Amino acid sequence: MTWIEKQRNILDYTLSSLFRRKGKNLALIGVYTCIVFFLASVMFFTYALKREAALILKDAPEMMVQRLLAGRHDLIPLDYGEMIQKIRGVESVKGRLWGYYFDPTNGANYTLMVNEKHFDSGSVIIGKGIEKNLPGDQFGTLPLKAQDGSYLFLKIKSTLSSDSELVSSDLILISETDFKKIFAIPEGYVTDLTVRVRNPKELTTIATKITQLLPDTRPILRDEILRTYDASFNWRGGLLLIILLGSILAFVILAWEKASGLSMEEKREIGILKAIGWETSDILLMKFWEGTVVSLSSFLLGVILAYLHIFFSSSVMFEPVLKGWAVLYPKFRLTPFIDFYQVVALLFLTVVPYTIATLIPSWRTATIDPDMVMRG
Amino acid sequence: MIQLQNIKKVFHMGKPNEFVAIDGIDLSISSHQITVFKGPSGSGKTTLLSLIGSMARPTAGRIFLFDREITSLPERFLTEVRRKTFGFIFQQFNLIKGLTAIENVMTPAYPSGEKRGSLAKRAYELLNLFGMAQKASVRVDWLSGGETQRVTIARALINHPSIIIADEPTAHLDTKLSIEFMDIMGKLNQEGKTILIASHDPMIHESPLVHRVIEMRDGKIIRN
Repeated sequence: MTWIEKQRNILDYTLSSLFRRKGKNLALIGVYTCIVFFLASVMFFTYALKREAALILKDAPEMMVQRLLAGRHDLIPLDYGEMIQKIRGVESVKGRLWGYYFDPTNGANYTLMVNEKHFDSGSVIIGKGIEKNLPGDQFGTLPLKAQDGSYLFLKIKSTLSSDSELVSSDLILISETDFKKIFAIPEGYVTDLTVRVRNPKELTTIATKITQLLPDTRPILRDEILRTYDASFNWRGGLLLIILLGSILAFVILAWEKASGLSMEEKREIGILKAIGWETSDILLMKFWEGTVVSLSSFLLGVILAYLHIFFSSSVMFEPVLKGWAVLYPKFRLTPFIDFYQVVALLFLTVVPYTIATLIPSWRTATIDPDMVMRG
Repeated sequence: MIQLQNIKKVFHMGKPNEFVAIDGIDLSISSHQITVFKGPSGSGKTTLLSLIGSMARPTAGRIFLFDREITSLPERFLTEVRRKTFGFIFQQFNLIKGLTAIENVMTPAYPSGEKRGSLAKRAYELLNLFGMAQKASVRVDWLSGGETQRVTIARALINHPSIIIADEPTAHLDTKLSIEFMDIMGKLNQEGKTILIASHDPMIHESPLVHRVIEMRDGKIIRN
């Protein structure tokens, strides 16, 4: 009980001590919070994007095969699928129909995809991002312009719900008939082929065989796409961190200066406390609480603000740098994913160094005779 | 009660600005007395009180408190001795600015782990004893010189010390307040406290309440 009371008393003293220098401490907490906010925002953003990307690819086939014509993606004949099916180890080959559609009214790109399970001609299922962009007077229809200039007025059957808005935000699920009409796809052709293999270890071998058999095709492996996403978002995150490096460094210098250099007034206070009966350990405990209160409150504030910024305000500050080219139209919100280890790492990189930097000079002063400290 | 054997204190030893503040003092101080150290500035009064109050360690010699040598005690034990035995009244008052009067009085007792409620009650009683109850919640920066000193005395008494050490306590006080201070010291002495005062103020060393006057010069006792 005595021990608890002692901690309470010293914590009370610490808080009143912080309050006494409230201007200085609030300024420090403000700057500290900003730095944690920026770092945490970059971390949350890149991690959430990578998770979104992983979610998109979770149900994707292990391999896709596209046809290249003069280096450009072109429609692929269904006959190619039959040839690939004959390669040993291939389990199944399916044709996919999908394409990007630019909506000039909203200035947004939609992804149209044929869903093999349902759909009668004349109806669609749309993503939430598209629903938000629709004007209110369309009476549940989506007008899409076909290749020949005519309009298809498609009935909106429902809206997609998904774990990730990145997957579904700009997606329109459409019937094969309507899709082919819009994009003028000839019979016997699809956008690309999806390939499933019996043994995932043989993916690379089968990809090589496909290239040898059909030299105008390009097999794309799911893992390759995931790695590209990872590299791309890591690179963007790193770029932003480099931009922020100057301000982080400035803060480190400021924090170090504040924490390591005790003012005459602070030294004198330590001397007085020692003279009236505080032990060195009591003073270190007080300084420990002081450092912890400043750094932990800044950390928590910074992390909460970063969370709100990334997941509730669509990361307005970093969007142009981190999202890069605008495949993400229409606007979407990232699903909150947080890597616990990243948060712990940030905690150790911000709270611990500051607290230690606070303790060292106080320990130096507190171990000198109080008489000497008070004499200055 | 307090015994000093050949005490020496040298500042900046081995450096060009080496200074001998206390030069081989032998002294014995009895309990329940008011002892005053007088002498000009730089005579070593403050340093001697710091050594007795275990706020500094002597360069040479031994100090005994209640027949126990404290000179070589580890820092932790020395702090405990200081907290439990001594109450300090400093020349510059040395209160913590920004804290209220009652918070200042309570501060020395925080590490003892006493409950805040009972601690606040005791601090309030002490302030009341010196007519400062109505200023308990006032920040010490806003108090007058006399009020500040009464808070300092209350703070010195919070841990029930047996010895009160006062360094130039009347340096910033007028005559009326100096007399008032000595009255308080007289009362504390009657309650059984041993009081050591360093002062060159005649109001102090010529006071009839004082039992013993020790005169110092250049770090030595010249009259006892």
